[in-house]
Amino acid sequence: MIRLEPRRQHSQKMIYLSPLLAIVLTLISGAIIFAFMGKDPIEALYTFFIMPINNAYGIGELCVKATPLVIIAVGLAMGFRANVWNIGAEGQLTMGAIFGGGLALAFYDSTSVFLLPGMFVMAAVGGAFWGAIPAWLRTRFNANEILTSLMLTYVATLFLSYLVYGPWRNPEGFNFPESRAFPDAALLPIIYDGTRVHLGAVFALLIVAGGWVLLTKSVVGFQLRVVGQAPQAARHVGFRQKRMVWFTLLLSGGLSGLAGMFEVAGPIGQLQPSISPGYGFTAIIVAFLGRLHPIGILFAGLVMALTYLGGELAQISLGLPSAVTGLFQGILLFFLLGCDVLTKYRIRFGSVSKSGEPA
Amino acid sequence: MDWIVPLILTVITASTPLLLSATGELITEKSGVLNLGVEGMMLIGAITGFAVTVSTGSAILGIIAAAIAGMAIALIFAFLTLTLMANQVATGLALTIFGVGFSALVGSGFVGFAIEPLPSLHIPVISDIPVIGPILFGQDFLVYLSIFMVIASGWFLTKTRAGLILKAVGDSHDSAHAIGYNVIRIRYMATLFGGAMSGLAGAYLSLVYTPMWAENMTAGRGWIALALVVFATWRPGRLLAGAYMFGCISVLQLHAQSAGINVPSQFMSMLPYLATVIVLVIISSDITKIRLNAPACIGKAFRPAQ
Repeated sequence: MIRLEPRRQHSQKMIYLSPLLAIVLTLISGAIIFAFMGKDPIEALYTFFIMPINNAYGIGELCVKATPLVIIAVGLAMGFRANVWNIGAEGQLTMGAIFGGGLALAFYDSTSVFLLPGMFVMAAVGGAFWGAIPAWLRTRFNANEILTSLMLTYVATLFLSYLVYGPWRNPEGFNFPESRAFPDAALLPIIYDGTRVHLGAVFALLIVAGGWVLLTKSVVGFQLRVVGQAPQAARHVGFRQKRMVWFTLLLSGGLSGLAGMFEVAGPIGQLQPSISPGYGFTAIIVAFLGRLHPIGILFAGLVMALTYLGGELAQISLGLPSAVTGLFQGILLFFLLGCDVLTKYRIRFGSVSKSGEPA
Repeated sequence: MDWIVPLILTVITASTPLLLSATGELITEKSGVLNLGVEGMMLIGAITGFAVTVSTGSAILGIIAAAIAGMAIALIFAFLTLTLMANQVATGLALTIFGVGFSALVGSGFVGFAIEPLPSLHIPVISDIPVIGPILFGQDFLVYLSIFMVIASGWFLTKTRAGLILKAVGDSHDSAHAIGYNVIRIRYMATLFGGAMSGLAGAYLSLVYTPMWAENMTAGRGWIALALVVFATWRPGRLLAGAYMFGCISVLQLHAQSAGINVPSQFMSMLPYLATVIVLVIISSDITKIRLNAPACIGKAFRPAQ
């Protein structure tokens, strides 16, 4: 019989090993799935995980895809630590793109150097505004933020669709549902020639650093951890949970908004009905894979970005549907959550219980 | 008044998948398990039901397969959260992400296929009575099943011993365990039941509501079902009312355009989602009501003391 025996404290070793174990298990399942679909598993895995990054352009693309994932996940992780479940990052991303992109469209013939900074502010405000609604509904009306933030994602996506099909449609276009192309002054500069890596990647690194400082060196970071792990204790020492709900939703909303603006002012260059292949949802996996820690999230973001690139390449060269990406992401999260049992528990075989062993 | 019967028929079709999945989730939550993967389970049910129906030509086989597929995926959830004690919120999200990917992958081979829709009940004479006939006696069997299941769930929870045990497990797993009930096994069964019902709900979408397969065709209905359980304050009777109210809203959105209401279609499409938020706010703000009815142990992991 297999039993789970609680550890006295979380195993430090397992905190780092379990994501790696989950990745290995996902690769093995991937090989099985590919074989099942009639593809050579080794060749398919090579196409999926190695080929996309065996050249400089590929590595650049990896950074382009990882940028929004990392930015969003850092914000989400703060909330998840405090048991605030913002799963509407996709909607906040969309609102950020609408607010930031809206400014670019309002000044479509501008060459001002202030346009881009203005878009940063607008995007953060737009995303934070969309995150503030679930925060207000939770703190004022006790409404579950999981459901409200998700419902608002659908609302935001439909709103963007309305804008690009209606008032914001390019008047000089051919009736396609897309806005004008942003002016050069509204586009993020490319930081490495020959790739699409833009200024957003630098911001992603800054946000990781900022998140690390916030989490480990600040009082707020300490409060976040206490509120999440011991809500009773937090109440006794006077940490207000409501304030944590507001803080984490505004922060993660603002960061998601920024990520959305980086997409439309970066690789896309205009507003269109679909601006994200589900970055807001994938970032949830990134946050967990990165152990809800900014540094971990940086690596996790690169891993998850690879699944997007691999999915695209597998579609082109192996004829696999692009949905394989989502499948891999889901399987990875399953394994990750399953492997986490190892950090809190020891697996024992046999039925004799011998407790009190030093951990 | 020619339009009223078809209108009511569309409302019933729109409400049934919500009712099926919400009934399943209600039972799951009553046992103390919060499975946020309803959307994923519905999608897997939808593609399984469709694929099996296309391959075998039998909608009945498709529906059975969809329920089994829903249970299979719920079993993964149950294993992770009940046996390995993983976080229920995170695992539920994983289930949805997995369901979206898996169904899209399998479904890519089934786009554009047509199927025979599920046959409707037809009793000579009775089903031909104007108005009442087609509404009450002319539905497919899943509609009757959905009504039956919600009534049966109400009866089960209040009138049967097993139902009381289920509620005890959801309200205080430690006490239930101390009395000698197998908390984990009861939760496994409740979770599997929820999976089967979501699978059926998905099959209803792909076999009856829009008899075809499209990626992400549930369009948030799994999440709306979760909100409905809160709306119903975990009581099956109110679930029935809630599901039909949402059915009305989603049909309203389709008919507003033809009725000459000049609002951009995107704003009409927002209605069900906005209504969900509003309903949640109204119900949740009454904290005592939620506390009285919500299973006290919902979302909490249980580890039997040794």
